[in-house]
Amino acid sequence: MTERNSPEAANNVPLTDNSLIVDISDALSEKDKVKFTVHTRTTMKNFQKSEFLVVRQHEEFIWLHDRYEEEPKYAGYIIPPPPPRPNFDASREKLQRLGEGEGTMTKEEFTKMKQELEAEYLATFKKTVAMHEVFLTRLASHSVFREDRHLHVFLEYDQDLCARPKGKLQQLGGLIKSVGTTTDQYYLNATVHDVADFFEQQMNSLTEYHGQLKEATARTDKMTEKHKELADSYIKISGGLLQLANSDDGHLDKFLAKVAEAFEKARKIESRVASDQDLKLADTLRYYMRDSQAARALLVRRLKCLANYENANRMLEKARHKNKDIHAAPEVQEAEFAQSAACEQFDAISTQAKEELLDFKTRRLHAFRKSLIELTELEIKHARTQQELLKKSIAGLKELL
Amino acid sequence: MADQVEPPPLFENVNISGDDKDDDDLFVSAHQEPTSHFEEKPAELVNGQSQSPSDPVASPKAEMENIPIDADSSRPAEINQVEHNNEGGDDFIEISITEPQKVGDGMGAYMAYRVTTRTNMPVFKKREFGVTRRFSDFLGLHDKLTEKYLKLGRIIPPAPEKSVIGMTKIKISGQNEGQPTNGNEFVERRRAALERYLKRTAQHPVLVLDPDFREFLECDVELPKATNTSALSGAGVMRLFNKVGETVNKITYRMDETDPWFEDKLSHIEALETQLRKLHTNVEAMVTYRKELAQFTNGVARSAAMLSACEDHSSLSRALSQLADTEEKVEALHLEQANTDFFILCELLKDYLGLLGSVRDAFHERTKLFQHWQHSQQMLAKKREVKAKIELTNKSDKLDQACSEVFEWEAKVERGQENFDKISQMIKKEVDRFEKCRIHDFKVMFIKYFENHLEHQAQVCQSSCNCETFHIIYFLDVRVVGFRLLQDTDNIHFFKKVKLYWRTTCKVLGKLPS
Repeated sequence: MTERNSPEAANNVPLTDNSLIVDISDALSEKDKVKFTVHTRTTMKNFQKSEFLVVRQHEEFIWLHDRYEEEPKYAGYIIPPPPPRPNFDASREKLQRLGEGEGTMTKEEFTKMKQELEAEYLATFKKTVAMHEVFLTRLASHSVFREDRHLHVFLEYDQDLCARPKGKLQQLGGLIKSVGTTTDQYYLNATVHDVADFFEQQMNSLTEYHGQLKEATARTDKMTEKHKELADSYIKISGGLLQLANSDDGHLDKFLAKVAEAFEKARKIESRVASDQDLKLADTLRYYMRDSQAARALLVRRLKCLANYENANRMLEKARHKNKDIHAAPEVQEAEFAQSAACEQFDAISTQAKEELLDFKTRRLHAFRKSLIELTELEIKHARTQQELLKKSIAGLKELL
Repeated sequence: MADQVEPPPLFENVNISGDDKDDDDLFVSAHQEPTSHFEEKPAELVNGQSQSPSDPVASPKAEMENIPIDADSSRPAEINQVEHNNEGGDDFIEISITEPQKVGDGMGAYMAYRVTTRTNMPVFKKREFGVTRRFSDFLGLHDKLTEKYLKLGRIIPPAPEKSVIGMTKIKISGQNEGQPTNGNEFVERRRAALERYLKRTAQHPVLVLDPDFREFLECDVELPKATNTSALSGAGVMRLFNKVGETVNKITYRMDETDPWFEDKLSHIEALETQLRKLHTNVEAMVTYRKELAQFTNGVARSAAMLSACEDHSSLSRALSQLADTEEKVEALHLEQANTDFFILCELLKDYLGLLGSVRDAFHERTKLFQHWQHSQQMLAKKREVKAKIELTNKSDKLDQACSEVFEWEAKVERGQENFDKISQMIKKEVDRFEKCRIHDFKVMFIKYFENHLEHQAQVCQSSCNCETFHIIYFLDVRVVGFRLLQDTDNIHFFKKVKLYWRTTCKVLGKLPS
């Protein structure tokens, strides 16, 4: 996926901007690791060369994302959500189950099932790569994020970034951290009263929206999965029909063979429907689920900032109270300084966040519109092809009556 | 034992003549269009008419006596005439089962079904009639038919199986007496199965004329309760024992086949059975998958509705609720499709599995006759030996008895052979009929299935189209929103975005059907 194809990129920056173009030119799966080859072309001065290739792993993407989150400079921005962990367990498990059930089906059925599984694995793989790429392209096309030092290191440095896969202890630490952030968030929500209605509203609606998106994603996933299984069950039926056709003498064999053929074709369409639903609906939902999470993180950061500001205010009050009699006490001056800094920061974040949230909304609308329209178009197309197929096979079968 | 396999002589004669005729008829009908399978009936009908009054198994009932029997005189001419008269194929019988109702309460409760028949066959007194029957009546009918015709090598359509679990559920469920229980899946399935059973029986040219069958359809009084159909009764246990014995017999006794036709058919039927069974399992799996898919689609529809509720952008919210509607429709279609899968495809396969079982039963009956014949032959040989011995020893007082015994066994052997030949022929004929029915059924079924499927796809198309027209409206809305934003902010960035909206909108609008 290049910049042109990505809706996010198209929305953030004018189309003609190609001062920094990032894509993943290749990916390799090794055991449970996936190695992405990140390809960069640039006209920016900060880079030593205009084109380079590095090999990165998923953990390094996460590292990059964490650097952005830590940086106070970017507190007012929605940081692109990190790509999800590559997960091929489902495909592997299915393949194993298929291997166990090899004896119960004919050779053709087995080959077809295997082909289906391989195609599924390939699709998952491609999707994983695409999600990693989207993350990078969003960073690269953003006018602020693209200047980041860490990003440059990530793109340019051709050695390992020492972002080792997490050990068990670190994973536990991560878990505690995430629990910490959630409780933090609740605490902030409960204690800090927002001055601006806009943000409070946004927070509430985003939280709800995120929850709904999450559920919708899960449900859509389940649906597409079932659809896929349904399509796969056609394989066995057409296989059985073919066998029946082979053993039948003269009267039904042609007929049954035709029926089997129709089932086989119908299967292809069904599985296409399933994968298109997955691609257009589930993936959009999934992406925006993560994006809304990122937007929420922004709001939490803003709330933290607000808490700091209020703290600074309180400190200033205290200092003034203590040093009532002293003119221009250094303590008060210090507190005043801290307070105004906090105020400035908070204001900056607020304005930035407002813009970002509006931007998020338009981006979301755009993406939803696009994928929904494509979804319906594809569904109509598939329904029509299936109609055609059925009509044709009915005509063919009637000839044989 | 010997008595059991001896069909009454009168019956035989009629039947033999019927055989020839049937063969002719088969031959004739092979030239006809396979779709008009009712046309074979007229000739069979005459056969049945001439046969039923003299049928010793059927107790002469008052209402059966007005059956025309003049067909007996100058038969060939008559047959041709009747056949000719009915060439248009306007002989028909339509049976439908409706209004399943729960009768009674507690463990004594049962389901009653309304059996309605429409026909123009002269054997029936009226054109249209309906009776109320309960499930055990169907089983009783099947038992009666089996008793009468299985020995002759007829293939009798199997009745639906008893389901203790399903029925207990019905009994426990607190539905009021007399209320239609249309919503219940089990009852609906059973209703459909019973209907198919009766239709299949009615399709059979001989069974349809059986007095018991006609009584079942016509006589609007409660049939005597078929006691031995209950799974737990003494008769049920006896049946179980018999079945076990027969199964053992089937496994242990292998007759040396003299007719290659039977060998071929048997292996063919066995292969068919295994493959149909496999197919049936797979189709059942498909039905389950589709049902689950419908369930999950419903989940997606609900989620989309929820999303649309908390979406703050009004057009996107409307688009999402439209998506929810569409998904709901698709869910309904999936469910409908699952039902089609089940009732057309799955149930037919199941029925044919049962029918194949009946075919095997008929084959087994033939094996039994062969066994008897062989047994008689052996006995004859023994008796002859005894007779020879007696002749050698010159005991004149025993000679007479031996002679008569030999004579008797000779007759038995002859009859055994005759029976065996007859059943062989009958089975051949029946299997031919069965095959023809099967081919026709399968063809019709698959076409019907695909036609149903086609209809559903058209509906999917339709509901998606509805969704699409909505998207155009949504498009226009987005444009309006863009303009409003343009008025609100003089941000140059926004201007660019709106221009982009415009461009894509125009592009897609041009692509869509208006």
